[in-house]
This record gives sequence, C-alpha cells and structure tokens, in this order.
Amino acid sequence: MNFKYTEEQEMIRQAAKDYADRELIQDVLERDAKAIFPVQHIKNLTELGFMGMMVDPKYDGGGLDSISYALAIEEISKIDASTAVVISVHNSLVCYAMEKYCSEDQKEKYLKILARGEKIGAFLLSEPEAGSDATMQRTTAEDKGEYYLLNGTKNWISGAKYASVYLVMAQTHPEKGHRGVNAFLVDKETQGISLGQHEDKMGMRSSDTYSVMFNDVKVPKEDRIGEDGFGFKFAMQALEAGRIGIAAQATGIAAGAMERSIKYAKERKTFGQPIAQHQAIAFKLSNMAVKIEAARNFVHKAAWLKDNNLPFGVASAMAKQYAADIAMEVTTDAVQVHGGYGYVKEYHVERLMREAKLTQIYEGTSEIQKIIISRYLLK
Amino acid sequence: MKFLICLSNVPDTTTKVKFTGGDTAFDKSGVQWIINPWDELALTRALELKEGSDGAIESITIATVGTSEVEPTMRKGLAIGADDAIRIDAEPTDAYFVAAQLAEVAKDFDVVMSGIEASDYNGAAVGGMLAEFLNVPSVSSVSQLNIENGKLSLVREIDGGSEVISAQTPLVAIVQKGITKDPRIPAMRGIMMARKKPLIVVPATEVESLTEFTSYELPTSKTACKMVDAENVKELVDLLKNEAKAI
Repeated sequence: MNFKYTEEQEMIRQAAKDYADRELIQDVLERDAKAIFPVQHIKNLTELGFMGMMVDPKYDGGGLDSISYALAIEEISKIDASTAVVISVHNSLVCYAMEKYCSEDQKEKYLKILARGEKIGAFLLSEPEAGSDATMQRTTAEDKGEYYLLNGTKNWISGAKYASVYLVMAQTHPEKGHRGVNAFLVDKETQGISLGQHEDKMGMRSSDTYSVMFNDVKVPKEDRIGEDGFGFKFAMQALEAGRIGIAAQATGIAAGAMERSIKYAKERKTFGQPIAQHQAIAFKLSNMAVKIEAARNFVHKAAWLKDNNLPFGVASAMAKQYAADIAMEVTTDAVQVHGGYGYVKEYHVERLMREAKLTQIYEGTSEIQKIIISRYLLK
Repeated sequence: MKFLICLSNVPDTTTKVKFTGGDTAFDKSGVQWIINPWDELALTRALELKEGSDGAIESITIATVGTSEVEPTMRKGLAIGADDAIRIDAEPTDAYFVAAQLAEVAKDFDVVMSGIEASDYNGAAVGGMLAEFLNVPSVSSVSQLNIENGKLSLVREIDGGSEVISAQTPLVAIVQKGITKDPRIPAMRGIMMARKKPLIVVPATEVESLTEFTSYELPTSKTACKMVDAENVKELVDLLKNEAKAI
C-alpha cells in the first residue's frame, strides 16, 4: 500500500490546479450563463497534454497513469466541471476504449489524432428511449456488404458539436437483442449526420449537449470495432473506465464547494464571530471533508486497479455512485453554509450544486451503479 | 550563449508560518515547497528568449543550493523547460553563503539570472553578491530582457521611470515582476521528461556563514478597526495622537 503521490503525480495535479485557478476561473461564470463551449481552454489544455494523456506514447499519447488523470480531473472540476467533462469523455471513455479494442489500422487512423488532441471524441450510446436500459438500441446499422447503413437518433451527446470522431453504438441484429449491437468509428462530417437542438441544461452548461440524427449514414466495414455483435460489450467496458473520470469530477465538484465554504466560513461573521466558529457550520465542514476523502480514496483505488491491469468495473461503479451522491450532498451543504450568498451566481456554489446533479445521472445513473454493484455481489 | 538561472526553494506563499526549537528555527513540517516566484519568472523569460533565439541561446541550466529535499522543486524547473540542473549540496544559511556557493558553478555561464528577492526571507541580496563574487557586472530590478544582435538589452525600473541598458555578457540580471507575464505551467510531456534530464550534485565549498538566526517572531496580528464618525475630527485626532501614536 502506498498513499503517497509520486513527484510526477503531484506535479500534474499542481499543473491542472494552476491552469484552473489562473485561466478557467476567469470566464467560468460567463460560459455557464451563456452556455459557451470552452474552445480556447481545450486548445490550451491540449498543448499542456491533458487530451490523450493516458494513451500509450506509441499512439502519440502522454502515457500517464490513471491516478495522475484522476488528480487532474479533480483539480479542474473544482473550478469548472464543464471543461472537466470534455476532458473526461475524451480521455477515459473514448481514447481508453479505442486503445483497448480498436484494430491497429483504426488506431492509426483515429486514435492518434485524438491522442494528440487535434480532434475531440464523443460517445454515442444513449437514445430517446434507451438511457439506463442501453440494451434497447433503436438506431440501426444495416449490413450492406461493403458498408453499414446507420439510421436513428442518439440523445444527450456530450461534445457532439465540437467532437470530430464519434463512437456510435447501433443495432445490426435486432433478433439477438443487445448481442446484436455493433460499435462504429464515425467521422462526424460523414453525409447524413445532423445535430438536433442544443440542450439548454440545468448545469454543466459550458459543455455542449445535442441529439444526433443519422439518416442513411454509410460507415465502411473496416470502421466497425471488434467482432460482429461486440458493440454492447464494448460500450459497457468503455463506461467502466469513463466512470473513473466522472467519479473524479464529482469529487472535484465537492472539493471545490468545500474549499469555498471553508473560506467563506472564516470570513463571514454572525453573532460576533466567524460562522466557522459555530458548531452548526464547523460540523458541516467536517462532514464534507470526510465524504470527500472517502470519495477520493474510492476513485484512486479504482484508478490503481486499472493501472495494474486488475478488474476495476465494480470499484469504478462504487467510486462513481459514492462520489456523485456526496457531491450532491456536499454542494447542497455548501450553498447552506453560504446562506443567501450561496444562492447567487457570483459565489459559484449554486453552479457547483447544479453540476453535481449531473454526475448522478450521466455515464450511468447512481441507480445503475447500484445494479452493477449488487449484480456483482449476487452472482 | 549559456544561461544559468538561480532557483531558490521556498515555502508555498500560502504557508502558515510556524517556528520550532523555542522560536529559533522555521518549522518545515507539512510545508509545500515551490520555486521562488521571482526566480520562476526569470526562468520563464529565459525559456521564452531561447525559443525565439534561433539557437543563439545554447542552453538553460538551473542551480539551487540545498539538500536532496529541494530536488522536487528543481525538477519542476526541468519540467517547465530547463535543460539541466546543478544542485549544490548544502543547507543554505544566509545570502552570503548562497551567493558564494552559486559563484562556484556560475563561472562558465554568459548570463546569470536570479529573482530580485526570494519570498521566504526577502533578503534581496544574493544576485548582487553573486555578481561581486564572479566579478562581473550586474543589473538589478530588470523588468525587460531581450537579446539584440548578440547583446543584451535590459530595461530597469528606476525612481520615476525606467532605464534602458545595453550590456555585453557575462552579466548577472536580477529580475523583478514584469519580466514576463505569468510563470509557465509545465506540460505533461515536460513533467515526464524531467527525470530524464541531468541533475548533477556538486559538493559545497567551505564558506563561512556570516549571520546567525537568534530568534523568530510573527508579526503582531492586526487589531480590530475603530470606526470614527466623519464629522468627529476631534476624536480622530485624539485617537491618532494618543492611541495609535501616529501623529
């Protein structure tokens, strides 16, 4: 057991923190209010090496470990969870799954540009009627011999507008249920792809979310990932890793809310003393710290298992469920600590509370995590 | 042209300062260490110059006086982009000691840069002393540094304005804020390469320490503000005279 971060991990955490404290904070409120995608920030973070950071250097990635990645996501999320989710989807969902399951040719064609951060990746699984029940894929991928023909609609797609490489799940053999699903690498510019309305979200507003329509989209055979019918398993494996990113994000949202609460509680005075001196507030802060510490340990355990090539799916489910749930609790308490100030945007904690809510929903709701964990216990 | 940047290892600027040993020493427990912010600006400017110099700047070396504990801070300097590092293996005691140690390794460099002061003791003495030890000119309070036709062009802040200086090497440039915009954030690639870059350790030379810390004390904490009604000048004068003893 070793709980000490390496010098490199600590330096990466500090680099992410410096960028967040110096740059992301500048326009985070405006981007939230106007739902502006962090285009320039993503470019800057790409230059710093945060996009594709865990991909093997032979595919032009950074070759970093998952703990470094979790630390970076946490630091960025303390200030700006929207930017963090763009990084998370790209790294731990898309790049991870492609590196693990794509063919060498596919990696050459698509992974390298993603690992260099030249293009962003998106993950298209959810549908209007297939969210938690992802087995019910209605988007079809008809086998036409030379190519597949994709038709249907995907919902809640993070990064749909700014991403260029889509990982699309679609049903080829409806009679086989989820075993008939395939996963495809699709260039967003392919004819027949169009975006629906930009979703006007409660939180995480600086990350773009769209529905994506496929209308007779031709996808070459060589762009199918894995064997015929591998798509559902592919998606579930990808989500196992994606959960580490979202759990780290939720931990960061909570930690950001706590840091702001501590600062505020030391400054704000009522009844003749800083509110931090009131036990009602001090205990709230203490509860926040315990929850965040536990969540961080969950996240890092899952990251450690992944880095050591051990099964991490259940650990990442526990991490995500716990971190997301405590993020909601901690941010709600943070607003309470701030009182009326917490309810106005200038103090950031109401935004963190709105952002926390999504971590209980996307990349598998907290309820889905419980299903994953309980199935593991009962198998 | 070879640059040497002197980096001081200092407590993070948000550190809660505590003392130990009956207030005779700074308590290092739990302290996060960073590159002295002024030195970090010096390094950043040197890197900018190197990138735009078309090879005129051959290398950027960093040097720190300290025990092995300072190496993580030095590796941050390497991660940001310095080419190599020299650690002079000694516990720094005072400015004279540090300058004397740095002088031993700084002889072969064309340009030596240091921050105007370090954020721990704010002595603002090492740069000038180092130039004296090296017997080379120094320019202090440098807020701009450029290379033009192989010569250094420096802008130095002076009372009521600034002074533009053209200088030949070797030179010690003692820099202050304004020399560059922000310190650099190391890129992931730089962080991973930092361990592969040379960090050589040289023994300290015998240098007499001229000072001794007898005791430390914290500044007295601010007392609460007294509000005086704008109309009540008499009370204000009375307080300033008798209580604050300011007039």
